[in-house]
Amino acid sequence: MNNPIDNLNKLFDSRVRLGIMSVLSVNASVSFNELKELLEITDGNLASHLKALEENKIIKVEKGFIGRKTNTTYAVTKSGEKEFRLHINALEKMIKASK
Amino acid sequence: MNENIQSADAIKDIRNMMERSSRFISLSGLSGVSAGVCALVGACIAYPYVYNGKDFIINRETAIAQQLRGDSAIILNTWLFWIAVGTFFAALVSALIFTGLKSRKDGTEMWGITARRLMINVSIPILVGGTFLYALLISGNVAPIFFNVGFITPGCLIFYGLALINSSKYTLNEVRYLGYLQLLSGLINLCFPAYGLYFWAFGFGIMHIIYGLYMWNKYDRKTESD
Repeated sequence: MNNPIDNLNKLFDSRVRLGIMSVLSVNASVSFNELKELLEITDGNLASHLKALEENKIIKVEKGFIGRKTNTTYAVTKSGEKEFRLHINALEKMIKASK
Repeated sequence: MNENIQSADAIKDIRNMMERSSRFISLSGLSGVSAGVCALVGACIAYPYVYNGKDFIINRETAIAQQLRGDSAIILNTWLFWIAVGTFFAALVSALIFTGLKSRKDGTEMWGITARRLMINVSIPILVGGTFLYALLISGNVAPIFFNVGFITPGCLIFYGLALINSSKYTLNEVRYLGYLQLLSGLINLCFPAYGLYFWAFGFGIMHIIYGLYMWNKYDRKTESD
């Protein structure tokens, strides 16, 4: 049997990133401000984690406008959805194995 | 071992964040109680018009003219219509006040993403139901001041029940059971059309108050004593 730890994705190895993925997997698209409010973190912190996830094609960014203000929204990609599911499965396996 | 505790925590975090970002949980139990009280007051005011033969027409002369013209605005010329409107807004405003107070205390935004989604999903069946029942009311005004009232209270309860069931995915799950009960009272009311106001007072009044107290006891009281 292979070690479930192998399936743990280093990309999700942070509370903030897990939080981002959790929110995006139950909401079709979420704005930067809504994410900030839900996760209760600073702009800079959130932006850097979002950038890392975006660069790895886990999430996609859409820039739009509400009136004249820019409104950036985020959504999870197909491959991101798959990666996150594998990560959760690995976490669950580790818990089961310990029992 | 430490890693396992970490994974368990991570799973808990994930579940928590999914819940928090998809459901509006600051709905106050007191909102249910206040809406129920408004409904009971409304029902008491309406009672003599419905069952004791008190004249529910505001202006007889215009009513007769409206009747002859087949003017559907005759609805607006009845006390019962305005009692219903007043009750609805009193209940809505009082419910919003208590929920607003609670969300401020919880530190969640009253008009955040979850609240907006809840409002949209509760509004759709309510607006459709309201329009449908209004159309039903005015379709009955051919006979001398005789409305299709028999279907109004079951209709209110049924559409409200559907609204609650539809929106329970976006707020506290218990709302779904309140929805089932409203739906059931509406359906039973169909068999006893003459007792509409009693069913109405039971569904919108008593059931709201019981539900509100239950929810307040379950969720709000604990946080108040913290």
